[in-house]
Amino acid sequence: MSWVIVGTVPDDDFPLIFGQVRVENGFLLIGEHRVKIARGTPALAATACLAASELKVDPPEVLLVGDAGKGSGSRKLYAHLVEIIPELRTNGFTFHYLQPDVYWHNQVLWAIQKKLKRPCLVADAGFMYVAKMSGFAADYDLFTPDIGEMCFLADETAPHPFYTRGFLLEDESRVEEYIARAYAEKNASRHLMVKGAKDFVVRDDIILSTVSEPNVEAMEAIGGTGDSLTGIITGYLSAGYEIPLACHLGAMANRYLGLLADPNPAFSVADLLPYLGEAMKKSCKYPM
Amino acid sequence: MRFLKSIFSRNSEKPKGVSERGIIVFHHTSEVIKAESLLREAGLAVLVKGPPPEIQTGCDMVIEFPIINQLQAVDILKRHRIEPVQVAAVQDYLLEPVSLFNVKDFGDFLMVRAANMKITVDKRDLVIVNVSGGGCPDVPFLAEQMVGKKLLEAPEPASHGQTLCGYSLHLAYEEMKRRCLG
Repeated sequence: MSWVIVGTVPDDDFPLIFGQVRVENGFLLIGEHRVKIARGTPALAATACLAASELKVDPPEVLLVGDAGKGSGSRKLYAHLVEIIPELRTNGFTFHYLQPDVYWHNQVLWAIQKKLKRPCLVADAGFMYVAKMSGFAADYDLFTPDIGEMCFLADETAPHPFYTRGFLLEDESRVEEYIARAYAEKNASRHLMVKGAKDFVVRDDIILSTVSEPNVEAMEAIGGTGDSLTGIITGYLSAGYEIPLACHLGAMANRYLGLLADPNPAFSVADLLPYLGEAMKKSCKYPM
Repeated sequence: MRFLKSIFSRNSEKPKGVSERGIIVFHHTSEVIKAESLLREAGLAVLVKGPPPEIQTGCDMVIEFPIINQLQAVDILKRHRIEPVQVAAVQDYLLEPVSLFNVKDFGDFLMVRAANMKITVDKRDLVIVNVSGGGCPDVPFLAEQMVGKKLLEAPEPASHGQTLCGYSLHLAYEEMKRRCLG
């Protein structure tokens, strides 16, 4: 199955590129372009590529652009994506670090729905924010929020996690309440992978499984560990796994990454990736 | 029950009269961050808030300010070549930014979270060792600028950030400074 990852590189001079990814010597390679794997979309794409290799399927393709936060790169990417969607042959998309923009989100979503045969739609990071903000959250197959983002999805008035109202405290013991609230207001995708001390795999407001071991506390502080989780899930999805199993195995494998690497909070996600193959093998021993 | 009632009754119990506060709407979040500093430096009581739903388009923020100072505020911005999209009086409630911090002590490392952004510092030498969370594209950029630098030597997120995630990181950074440096 083919898969397209859509996101940004934190460099305004980086061009808009589309192509299959590979990982060599700790760098993400797309054609002649070499990108550092530190966090964000390069970390997600590298993890997805390594996971796909472990599962013996083709690596994903990426649509990447440089954007350090001004949004012009993201808008250029959105416009290009709308243009090429009719020619794309893909089973799914993973949307990631992109400047939230309701107008362009809607153009992309409508173009996909009009032109493509029901691809799987995964949204994380900025694109998940705008998917919720647009009111089209239920059109997505999977969101991957952490606890703070889950509160944001649960707050029907919040346009961004920054404005989540105070009564929705980031209290991990109340995750089930936040999930129910997000579904009640149609601010959740069909499946949720809620990341936290305990990970929740959810479909249509029903908790299908939880994962809480192994627990390596330092992982919370390491930038890119959420991106690596979404990357592993993307790898499993591109290999044809059903969404709940892909999420469950992804949550297990991401935790084993931490256990095997034994990190402290100063590690980078790139330090963890050499352990991915072994982590995925270990996770397969704990199916849903 | 009273607590829940107080939350859900907010819409129906709007204060009487006309608000004395105004909002300044900008094209881009980066302008909000710059404008906030400029207006604060000029002594204006300003707050960054979420815009009313009808003008939300993206990673939006507006500046709430005393409407009586509108001329002064607009003049300050004009002198710094910042042109607001709109200046209006507040007649409805604005969204409040997150104000709570979540702090985790890892022994040698301290992590502070504000909304969706986390910053982690090595307590022994005050070097920023990680920045995580967030979803807007300036987060990976800010992380590259800050990680590996000492807390007081790293660029402030507010001076290089462009979005609400950048602003959340700035709040976490300020709280970290308060905790580590007093």
